[in-house]
Amino acid sequence: MRELSLHILDIVENSVKAGASLIKVDVVAENGMITVTIDDDGRGMSEEFLRTVTDPFTTTRTTRKVGMGLPLFKMAAETAGGKFDIQSTEGKGTRVTASFETDNIDRAPLGDLVSTIVSELGDDAPDFVWTYRVDGREFVFDTRELRRQLDGVPMDSPEIVLFVRDLLTENFDIVNGGTIL
Amino acid sequence: MKSIADIKAIRDKMQADKSTREASHEGDTHIIVGMATCGIAAGARPVFNALIDEVATKKLENVRVTRSGCIGMCKLEPIVEVIVPGEDKVTYVKVDADKAREIINRHIIGGQVCTEYLVNE
Repeated sequence: MRELSLHILDIVENSVKAGASLIKVDVVAENGMITVTIDDDGRGMSEEFLRTVTDPFTTTRTTRKVGMGLPLFKMAAETAGGKFDIQSTEGKGTRVTASFETDNIDRAPLGDLVSTIVSELGDDAPDFVWTYRVDGREFVFDTRELRRQLDGVPMDSPEIVLFVRDLLTENFDIVNGGTIL
Repeated sequence: MKSIADIKAIRDKMQADKSTREASHEGDTHIIVGMATCGIAAGARPVFNALIDEVATKKLENVRVTRSGCIGMCKLEPIVEVIVPGEDKVTYVKVDADKAREIINRHIIGGQVCTEYLVNE
């Protein structure tokens, strides 16, 4: 994956497929590290599955026998001087954490996080709380609040998607404060 | 600075329009983008976003853009499936953002399948 935000999109899709109703994603850049946390209340996995889940030959997909999402994310963190962790409880949910040294030459750029977020909008989709924080400046985008405000208008209507993209772009620029992650 | 509350104006307008529009999704054209690891790594996200942009800016009603998982042809990703009601499903392969816009304009609006982006037989 060329961007951390593409890894995030990929891992979030696991949460969606695990039947999560709320997915919390934190992207935090502080003290020389970027930390990504993806926390869902999906069906979780058994201890046995969890043990081998970062092995490319473990997957839930049925179209073929390899699953690269988590192994790639783990590798991206570890080659960039960071750590990877996954915790899961069957019936409760899963939390994936990956950290990266901000200035590590092998760290992929964060990339287009707004596009990742916008890709996940949908009435049938789970709710999301996206938290983006850089050096103490923070913006939180909570789709539950958006859903309330929309009052029945579909969240994935193109007009709404464009609005959300502008909203996020504007606010993330402020959070970035001139730095590009 | 924008906040979520600013969406009210758009929402009110859409709710007003909605009464004149069909509420059901039955006659909708459906565009599906493969967004598993293989699709994402091959560039599915810009394709998905280009499709949404084009649908929004051309104000296409009754067109839905959604995601799917891996359909087992990872080498040919990004894959876009187009389902027009009453017609056979069309599967485009190795799509990029420019091709995605072309698919909207020629296929969805113009009704002509972009045969050069199909799987080579």
